Amino acid sequence: MDYFVELFFSGLTRGSIYALIALGYTMVYGIIGLINFAHGEIYMIGAFTALIVSTVLSIMGFPLPAIIILTALAAAIWASAYGYTVEKLAYRPLRNAPRLSPLISAIGMSMFLQNYVLLAQTPDFLPFPALIPDFAFMERFAGVIGSSDLVILITTTVIMILLTLLIKFTRTGKAMRATAQDRTMAMLVGINVDHVISVTFILGSALAAIGGMLIASHIGQINFYIGFIAGIKAFTAAVLGGIGSIPGAVLGSFILGLTESFATGYVSSDYEDVFAFSLLVLILIFRPSGLLGKATIEKV
Amino acid sequence: MLTLKDLGKACLIALWFVVLTFPLMVIKVNPIDRIITWRWHNMLWVGLGSFLCYLAGRIWLARRDVRLRRIRQGLAEEKPPLSRRILQNPAIWRPLLAAGVLFFLAFPALFSTYQTNIMITALMYVVLGLGLNIVVGVAGLLDLGYVAFYAVGAYAYALLNLHFGLGFWTVLPIGGLLAATFGILLGFPVLRLRGDYLAIVTLGFGEIIRLILENWNEFSHGPSGISNIPRPGLFGIQMSLDQSITYLYYLMIGMVTFTIFVVNRLQNSRIGRAWFALREDEIACQAMGIDKTRTKLTAFALGATWAGMVGVIFAAKTTFVNPASFTFLESAIILCIVVLGGMGSIVGVIIAALVLILLPEYLRAFSEYRMLVFGAVLVVMMVFRPQGIVANIRKTYQVEEK
Repeated sequence: MDYFVELFFSGLTRGSIYALIALGYTMVYGIIGLINFAHGEIYMIGAFTALIVSTVLSIMGFPLPAIIILTALAAAIWASAYGYTVEKLAYRPLRNAPRLSPLISAIGMSMFLQNYVLLAQTPDFLPFPALIPDFAFMERFAGVIGSSDLVILITTTVIMILLTLLIKFTRTGKAMRATAQDRTMAMLVGINVDHVISVTFILGSALAAIGGMLIASHIGQINFYIGFIAGIKAFTAAVLGGIGSIPGAVLGSFILGLTESFATGYVSSDYEDVFAFSLLVLILIFRPSGLLGKATIEKV
Repeated sequence: MLTLKDLGKACLIALWFVVLTFPLMVIKVNPIDRIITWRWHNMLWVGLGSFLCYLAGRIWLARRDVRLRRIRQGLAEEKPPLSRRILQNPAIWRPLLAAGVLFFLAFPALFSTYQTNIMITALMYVVLGLGLNIVVGVAGLLDLGYVAFYAVGAYAYALLNLHFGLGFWTVLPIGGLLAATFGILLGFPVLRLRGDYLAIVTLGFGEIIRLILENWNEFSHGPSGISNIPRPGLFGIQMSLDQSITYLYYLMIGMVTFTIFVVNRLQNSRIGRAWFALREDEIACQAMGIDKTRTKLTAFALGATWAGMVGVIFAAKTTFVNPASFTFLESAIILCIVVLGGMGSIVGVIIAALVLILLPEYLRAFSEYRMLVFGAVLVVMMVFRPQGIVANIRKTYQVEEK
């Protein structure tokens, strides 16, 4: 039973990280209908920035709470800047191009960023310092749920509540929803669509960067390639929940995280990634619109 | 042509990129020994690079605008691109073609075995590029797991030879068929959906195939792969290594010719035009009575067939296969060939494959930047020149008034 509970919590932790990345996919897809392949790379860049900033700060002798806050801020700011730049360079000029063009451009961007980090930093795995200390009161749960799992779960829950509030109640959130429903109509009522799209990329990238920092500190190592697999998995989660739907992305991420955790725990860990991909193919066959998505009919 | 405002903007952009790349380009940390390396000189390169890139892009756009304005005002005539002028003038392309054919036929006699070997690889990518061109360029289906079919072909030869002793010529068609079958199995559930799902599912499929090959030791011998695969035979004649490489080279030349012939015929066939039509507008296409799923499946399966056959040749060439040869990067390179060459353009794909494979071989100093450049090529081509270096010339018909 303990093993089951342990797997359950590790699945939840995984799921909440996937959710942070999947939200970026789903928001971008909802607004411009593009699979942003470079999103996984933004997550990786967030993790790298976090590693660099936290190491520099800790060598300079900052106290731990300050390191955590400053690192999170730096990772989110730089990743957002990358997301914003990528959108401007590679997607904005192609907004009215045939569907295939932005997809290919996104693949190119993803390859470029991956190799940029590989060349600018290192091809090897780098150890990532554990930013989250082991809390004393968590000791009685040892072996079931660790301190960093708890922090990840709480952080992601708070972020998701904030995001929901932002999208539901603020002006920007309303503009985002309007743009997602109908871009031309949104322009007609005076929404600056370019601005909304930029904001979406910035938000999505910041979430991914926080996710990258949390998971890197949890797992303890990173390299330039982590964004690729994480990106595909988060995308799977977004499709599972129904791409374009924000609650769907969160639900899909938790389902995927739990599935992976139990499958690797009870079946085999060699095929960890195969489970996610197989799940993706199965959803697309039986329920292409996802769990919470609406089936859309294309009108001419 | 360049105003002061442009220069100011270029400075701002350079500053933006310097700040953007600051943590990753300048700082390098070693978390274990707690050492920070500051590489300040990188700031200069990033700033200078982005400054010049912006100005170059600016000038390019300005010149294009001037040209377009002159054409609109009737001051200049619209000049067809260089590639088209060459292709439409038999007096130019016939000698070029003849020289090209002669060069490729005489290649093993002129150059060393090492060079021939590199050329064989380049020719394999020509065929792969032409195969993927059917899927991506002609039918407009973004297949990011093309390498999976390549792996199917390579492992088909390796395993069938290991267990049943089948020879190269027997497995060549089997490998193609097997890859086509995989293509249909994968395409069937996905091709009914929107195009972007196909991209990610094929990407996932490519990874699944590689992971299975890596982990299923009893079946595929795991990461260590299968070695001692025989080279292709010629009526049982014993050949030295040099001879067999020359033989493989001519075999590849034959394969390329065959591929060009088939792809060319396909593009102008009924199904080929259905592919083009489907790429342009799915809904209109369905309204004309074209079976969308079946047409897409044919493209997918036919594209996979070439990858399967080249896979067999690859296994025979290297006499060794392991899963590391079939990563996503391989698919990305082939996609890059198609995009650079021009979607649907046969000449363009051939040129792009030769350039993209041969150039890194001879510019070893820059080979670590290869994938970075490939990624940049995809983005730049899509933004500035989506039709590729040699734009595809579609058959046009004119109605003459009597």
